[in-house]
Formats: sequence, C-alpha cells, structure tokens
Amino acid sequence: MNQVERGACELHEMDELAARQSPIHSLCPLAKLLTTIAYLVTVLSFRKYDLSGVTVMLLYPVLLFQLSGIPVRTCFHKLRFVLPLVMAVGLFNPFFDRQPMLTLGALTLSGGVISMLTLMLKGVFCLMTAFLLMATTSIDALCAALRRLRLSGMPVTLLLLTYRYVGIMAEEAAAMTDAYHLRAPGQRGIRFSAWGSFLGQLLLRSMDRGSELYSGMQLRGFRGEFHYAAMKPWRWSDTVYLTVCVALFLVFRLFHLAQLLGSLLVR
Amino acid sequence: MIEFQNISFAYEKERPVLSNLSFCIREGENVGLIGANGAGKSTVMKVLLGLLKAEGRILVDGTEVTKGSLTEIRRKLGFVLQNSDNQMFMPTVYEDMIFAPLNYGLSRTEAEERVDKALEKLGLQELKHRHNHKISGGEKRMAAIATVLAMEPEVILMDEPTSALDPYNRRIVINTIRSLPQTKIITSHDLDMILDTCDRVILLSGGELAADGPADAILRDRALLEAHRMELPLCLGGARRQG
Repeated sequence: MNQVERGACELHEMDELAARQSPIHSLCPLAKLLTTIAYLVTVLSFRKYDLSGVTVMLLYPVLLFQLSGIPVRTCFHKLRFVLPLVMAVGLFNPFFDRQPMLTLGALTLSGGVISMLTLMLKGVFCLMTAFLLMATTSIDALCAALRRLRLSGMPVTLLLLTYRYVGIMAEEAAAMTDAYHLRAPGQRGIRFSAWGSFLGQLLLRSMDRGSELYSGMQLRGFRGEFHYAAMKPWRWSDTVYLTVCVALFLVFRLFHLAQLLGSLLVR
Repeated sequence: MIEFQNISFAYEKERPVLSNLSFCIREGENVGLIGANGAGKSTVMKVLLGLLKAEGRILVDGTEVTKGSLTEIRRKLGFVLQNSDNQMFMPTVYEDMIFAPLNYGLSRTEAEERVDKALEKLGLQELKHRHNHKISGGEKRMAAIATVLAMEPEVILMDEPTSALDPYNRRIVINTIRSLPQTKIITSHDLDMILDTCDRVILLSGGELAADGPADAILRDRALLEAHRMELPLCLGGARRQG
C-alpha cells in the first residue's frame, strides 16, 4: 500500500470511527455540534496569558475520549500533519514579549513563553475537539445538523461532496503512483520533471470520475439538495448533555478553577 | 415502451458516434446491446438517460426525453453503472440505497421499506450496514443493482454488469439479472452472459444498427459477428485461434 492509498484508508477510517457505538456516538449530531461550537468559542475567548484557565479546558476532550472509546493515539496520529502547524503559532512570542511573568523556583517564564504555551494549548484543544466531533459523527449526520441550523444547502452539499471527492482523488492518485513506481524502480517519490503531467493527469482523471459519479447521482434523482440519511432525533439526554457541557464551560471560563483549587491547597 | 427515432450523435462533427439509429423496445423485453469498442453502446445508454443530447426523438412510455421530462424519465429507468465505485459513493450500502427513494420524495419509512425489499430480493440483508469500501467487488456490484432496485424502476439499464467479476460472482449477477421481472437493456462484451439473460440482441457497428433480432439467432451467426469485429460466445465455440 503506498502513502496515498494509506491516506485514502485514513479517510475511510474516520467513517468507521463514526459508526462505532458509545454514549457519545448515540447523541444527536446537532447536540454534539452545538457543544463543540460552545467549546471552541470558550477556549478561544481565554486571554493570552491565562495558561492555567485554558489548561482546565482539557477536561472536556479527556471526558469525550473516555466516553467514546476513541483511542487518544488515533487522534494524534491523524492530526500529525496539522499539529506542528498549530504548535508553530506563537513560536515567536518569546522573542517579542520578554517581560518576566511567572517564577517557578529558579525558573522565570516571560510573558512571551506563557502566551506561546496558551496559544499552543488552545490550538491543540480545538483540534482535538474537532477531531472528536468528526470521529463520533458521520459527515452526513454533521451536514444534516448544519442544515438543521438553517445553513444554506449549497455550502453544506459542497462540504459533503468535497469530502467524498477527496477520497476519489486519493484513489486515483494512489493508482497513478503505483503505475509510476512500477515503471521507475528504486526511485524515491515522483521525479520533479514528472510532476506537471502527473498533476494534470490526476486532475483529468478525477474530473472524469467526478462527472461519472455526478451522473450516477443525477440518475438517482439528485437535484442539488441532499436528503441525509436518518438523523437521530433530539432527546432529553441531548438537552442534558448540551446544558451540562455549556454550563461547565461557563464555569471554567468565568471562575478561575485552577486558582481556586490552588488557594484551597495553599491555605 | 422505448422508441429511438432517427437518433444521431457526435462529440465532433466529423466523427458521428450514432447515425440515424431507430429501434423500439417493448415492455418486458430483455435486450442485449452489443458491438465492438466504439460502436456506440454506452452512448445509446447516455442518450436514453438524457446525459447526452442527441438529434432525433426518444420516447419512453410515450414521453419524449427532453430537459423538462428528465425527472419523470429517470424515475422509470434505473441505470447500473459499469464501475460500481462510481455508483456507491456513500459511506454505507444502506445510505446509498436510500439515496434515490428520498430524492424522489418518498417518506423515510417508505424509503426504508423499499431498501429492505430490494435487499431481501437479492438476499443481501447482511450487507445493509456494511461500509462500501469494505465489501468485495462482487458484493459491490450486487449492492449497486440493489440501489437501482430500491428505485423500483420499470426498466433496468446495465453497462457491462459482469465486467471484472470472478466466475462465481459473475454467475450470481447473471442469476440475479434473470430473476428481475423488469424490462432490461444490457450492454456487454460478455456474449455468454447476453445469451444467458437476453431474448433479443441489437448489434451496433460504427454507430449504426447492424442487426436486430432474437439473441439465439444473432449470437450464433459467426459471419455476422465477425463482420462487425465480434466473436461467437465462448459457449458456442467462440474462442478460436487467430491467424
């Protein structure tokens, strides 16, 4: 299996993770979507020096990992390409903000270091939560939830089809990569001079398959509006989940839990 | 039921793909559309389904295939694509099967009933919640047929239904085709399958009608088939050494 094929498999794995059974999987997608949005807003609203405040927000993804049975390793494996980019945000803060802010024994941390760590944690937590939403909810269910939020049909259908077409493109790329390597033994990667025709061919083949697929959809009555597979109905448990989570996020945001706990211990 | 009246089509003006093609298919007929590569078989299907616009008239149950009538026409015609991967684009078999009934305005309960009925008809109940990328080529082909059956079409069109299948799965697909009561139009190079499933054959050559008649007569006519770059079906001794 080549690297591109592995990529396509990873996409399919997300569908499989979303098809698992767990208390989190059984929640209504709309409840999960709203909770995730509330979480993201809360995390992003912390001030740049509020490292301890942001740290407490780790509780939510940890709880989700526990309840959904999604392995933490899978999350970090799938996010391995994005995480370094997120971690790079704020990398230059320590150079611009050298004001000492925190002293831990002999170690003095500047404001730049604190803000860098805060930004990194914010990014990682947001990515983890977004991943958990995707891993516990199928893309169709998510799109159905977006439609229930009265989002226009066009961007939602576009999102869904893009997700599907990425898989097709990956399959075509995998077949082409195999064909290339079978006639270029011992060569690592694809030679730079072949990139142009390779990408051109990939585009043409993807377009061909895409239009064939679209014809298949048209012939089965598709007229631009997706009728999503059965979406779980909203139940009491969804209301409880959403209310409790949002209430906890507010508590975490408005009251400095880490400081409160610290003061209790120190006293 | 289906009437082609003087149909002509060309991607480029100088190279017509279909030339003045006329034939009629009655209800309940099983028609095999055969011909060498480039004979125009797939184009006939696409023109009939309104995916390509041709000169001439095509009538389905008396309704002319036009832009305005496409929804009604396509509801009657179920098309099984040659590449099942292009037909099965949803994550699971169930989601793919319910796609068409929901698009045609059925309630979820009615659509579910149709899905179950189609799966039961083909004995594929255990595939219902399987992921499309996890099922074998043979299962995928059967599931693709099931997605079309869930539409409850009056006519089933199939493009190379036995291509890339092993003998066992090929036999399953053939038996399934034989068991379907609808009118069927099947394009294929697998002449043994055509002989097994069709009672009438239309032979296309260079976009023109070369022959139209009982399957048994046409598929046994070595001279006719060879004149149009075809061979006898293998079961009738078609595999002979060239030169």
